[in-house]
Amino acid sequence: MSIYRLALWSRMKSPWIYHINTGSCNACDIEILAALTPRFDVERFGIKLVGSPRHADVLLVTGPVTEQMAERVKRIYEQVPQPKFVIAVGTCACSGGVFRGGYTIKGGVDTVIPVDVYVPGCPPRPEAIIKGVVLLLQKLKGEAK
Amino acid sequence: MSYAVDLLFGPQHPALHEPERFRFKVDGEIIVDVDVKIGFIHRGIEKLAESKNFIQNIYLTERICGICNVAHTLCYVQAVEDMAGIEVPERAKYLRVIVHELNRIHSHLLILGVAAELLGWETEFMYLWRDREAIMDIIEDVTGNRVTSAFNTIGGVRRDINNTQKERMLKVLDKVEKDTRFHKKVLEEDPLYRERMVNMGVLKTRDAIERCAVGPTARGSNVDYDVRAHDPYAAYDEIPFNVIRYKECDSWARMMVRVDETLESINIIRYALKHLPGGEIRVKVPPRLPAGEGLSRVEAPRGELIHHVFCKGDVKPYRLKVRTPTFANILAIAPTFIGHTIADVPAILVSIDPCFSCTDRLTFVDVSSGKVMKLSLGEIKRMYWSR
Ligand code: SF4
Repeated sequence: MSIYRLALWSRMKSPWIYHINTGSCNACDIEILAALTPRFDVERFGIKLVGSPRHADVLLVTGPVTEQMAERVKRIYEQVPQPKFVIAVGTCACSGGVFRGGYTIKGGVDTVIPVDVYVPGCPPRPEAIIKGVVLLLQKLKGEAK
Repeated sequence: MSYAVDLLFGPQHPALHEPERFRFKVDGEIIVDVDVKIGFIHRGIEKLAESKNFIQNIYLTERICGICNVAHTLCYVQAVEDMAGIEVPERAKYLRVIVHELNRIHSHLLILGVAAELLGWETEFMYLWRDREAIMDIIEDVTGNRVTSAFNTIGGVRRDINNTQKERMLKVLDKVEKDTRFHKKVLEEDPLYRERMVNMGVLKTRDAIERCAVGPTARGSNVDYDVRAHDPYAAYDEIPFNVIRYKECDSWARMMVRVDETLESINIIRYALKHLPGGEIRVKVPPRLPAGEGLSRVEAPRGELIHHVFCKGDVKPYRLKVRTPTFANILAIAPTFIGHTIADVPAILVSIDPCFSCTDRLTFVDVSSGKVMKLSLGEIKRMYWSR
């Protein structure tokens, strides 16, 4: 087993996520937190919320990208060690949502950084967010084969 | 010799769930000065509102803040009703109160949990959020969605509730009340929690009034101010309830106000369910509204919320002005950081329940010189829109 595949395998068992709010209305953020708490409990998949992008494998991005946050999102993305993955949570993060057309809104997250999985919904239910993470894990599994 | 060092806190910081920046001047561990920079997630909602019609704006104002969304829609629809002189049916008023209070319970349990998490007490966070899920279930049962549901609409509410839902709600409320009493005991007695929260960020009653603090932040400083009691809207003039106040003026008092308000909200909902009048739940409203202006004040979970709508006889508002509670509280609380250590920052900050998604404002900066300006609407028009 090559080192790369070993790393991929371990990442699949326990992806660490880092959450960035780029201008969301907070509803998506609380649903992400709700997904971590006992009712939904994503920690059983080994998923853990970490406090620094340098420890993270996966970025969860919520909200439309505002002018002020665009540079910062890019910088945070660059701080995540390779290989890195991005999940856009919420309609805002996918496309800009209701805020599309605002004078400070750049649009969805994919206008700034590459996105692997889109989770639409306003806000998506915690189940949907978990599904997004599981989809990403399946994608990784495909790579591992 | 001592000298102060600038310490930046944010915009991305694990203790802040939203991007904001604080610049602390620290002398060793002690904070000697603080400067708040907001605006990272300014989305230009007031401007966007001018391009959408009155109905679309319900959904837009709901997304000013995803946590106190019911307060925002309620405040907005009341402002529009005030402007157009629309009378809302009695039943709708009671239903509005019920959902508004459910929203308050969910918001208070949420911030109590987040506060515990920020102090490193993850067990309590998990327990509080587990109990909060019961409330999310009844919100979903009544409104159709867990979080954003646009329950309030211009002229009334969108959905009615039936007897089975009522029964279910009462049963869940009993459970939530029991849980909340348990948490109250825990938060009151836990020595570590008290150690971190008591005497933190003391905001004296006089200062709270002078700096215009609102909501639980003001009531934790023993200020008797609650819009529900002092300028009743919806059905609050018919429902008896207490305004919760604490005399301690510190972070702990502000958190305990929220615990007691949760219990009070449960009683309000019980009363409203018992005295729910019959009849229609909404009146029809034409899309084009007459010219005028309307103002509405609502007690959101974080404090007083104001929406102000102008219309020039169109399907869209001419101007929507929103004034949110955190904007008042953050300025009131900022000076109280001084004299505390860096480690206490989260404990003080979380006690005002900061919500920046509704707070972020715009300042104009002349990019070439870096000068910050204040411009009137007329000047902006002249500078940018005359082109
Ligand atoms: S997708 Fe909806 S809930 Fe999520 S941040 Fe955007 S407006 Fe808020």
